[in-house]
Amino acid sequence: MTMPCLLSGPPLDAGGERLHSQLTRLGPLPPPQRRGEVIDELEVAGLLGRGGAGFPVATKWRAVAGRGAGDAVVLVNGAEGEPLSHKDRLLMTSRPHLVIDGALLAADAVGAEEIVFYVGSDHRAAQQALSRALAERGSEITRPLRLVPSPTGYVAGEESAAVHYVNDSVALPVTTPPRPFERGVRGRPTLVQNVESLAAAALVARFGGAWYRSAGREVTKGTSLVTVAGSVPRPGVVEIELGTTVGEVTSAAGGRRGEVSAVLLGGYFGAWAGVDDAWDQPLDPAMLRARQLTFGCGVVSLLPAGACGVETAAWIMEYLASSSAQQCGPCVFGLRAIADATMRVATNRAAEHDLERITRWSGQLAGRGACRHPDGAVAMMRSALGVFADDFAVHQDNRRCLHGSMRSAVA
Amino acid sequence: MPHTLSIDRIRCDAHGMCAELLPERIELDDWGYPIIRQGPIPDHLLGHARRAVAECPVLALRLQQVAANPSMRRR
Repeated sequence: MTMPCLLSGPPLDAGGERLHSQLTRLGPLPPPQRRGEVIDELEVAGLLGRGGAGFPVATKWRAVAGRGAGDAVVLVNGAEGEPLSHKDRLLMTSRPHLVIDGALLAADAVGAEEIVFYVGSDHRAAQQALSRALAERGSEITRPLRLVPSPTGYVAGEESAAVHYVNDSVALPVTTPPRPFERGVRGRPTLVQNVESLAAAALVARFGGAWYRSAGREVTKGTSLVTVAGSVPRPGVVEIELGTTVGEVTSAAGGRRGEVSAVLLGGYFGAWAGVDDAWDQPLDPAMLRARQLTFGCGVVSLLPAGACGVETAAWIMEYLASSSAQQCGPCVFGLRAIADATMRVATNRAAEHDLERITRWSGQLAGRGACRHPDGAVAMMRSALGVFADDFAVHQDNRRCLHGSMRSAVA
Repeated sequence: MPHTLSIDRIRCDAHGMCAELLPERIELDDWGYPIIRQGPIPDHLLGHARRAVAECPVLALRLQQVAANPSMRRR
């Protein structure tokens, strides 16, 4: 693609792009007084949030703009707690000014009096790149701005947990409503937006919504960052035109390394698909949703054919159960029970009816937490039960593995 | 406007009163936490639903009137 996109510009391993370089390449943002108009352009673009939930960006900005009286807050979400995803930290590290542009733009568009950069405390290079870039912006920064390192952990990036941490240093989700757009940081209407979404908005503001739609092959338009992981020679982040297939994005990471049996789409909160089903699947949020799959935060992870899907799912469930904020009963007890039972099945210690119980519990947890952590976990689990049905059955009934139990690179 | 039940999941402590008072709409999972059947509460159960709300020891159950607006459900 020749159009400027999120990762065009200098080499990605050259450190954060400097301000003069980005200005030469992309030109300036529209002046502050014209930034309100960008919400209409975001709507034309059809830009969906890239944090995982895929909520329309224009709708979110409008909700905050409609509530604030110039006293809103923009919370730039760079927590990136999903273990398989690397795209947010790559973007912050290599294109910090594009992220900052998005934040300044959003602050003017929604009427914010403060900007908070919430960046994973483990993402040191990203924090350094953003700090250096912020120092370069000088007089452009007209409102209070903070960089808050976010604690490590899966739920710390959930939007109500992010607000909770900034307010009270407690990175746990809270019961909603009120949602952050109603009452967030310091009680103000708060726009919590993923860094990639903000960077994309900074391009839409410059070149327009119609321009953004010139990329995208299928239903959803534009480009997106994708992290390719698992059984490929060059795992890492690529930018794709939405609608690019799983097979094509795998080629961009060097192709399959050996035989592959299944693909995890969307990360730990995502869904499994058999490799033959998934290979020609366009990576398009709307089309994935129609197939009960998810784009999530843009992870494509390949499971080598020699690895056991049951064991991989068990390790992911173990991680997700351990990541529970431990606040809501169904998540505390339900995820733990599913994780323990799945681990028993995976390690050939299945108790009678374990598989049956895993299936029943996985059907009961969605919608029963303050946040969507249990929803994401059981969606992954239910897809695993389907895609690896034969493996689960042999593990449960015969207490053995069809694969020699090689610990996979996915989990 | 139809009434629906919702639960503050952080407050809920698995006392199970709600399932006892409104078994038509609420069952308990293996750990005693409520599973609410989706959808509006029919009129003939509203009295029971109000009682379940009032009797919850930690005030985690709520009965609310909601506009039938599907766009509000997405987030």
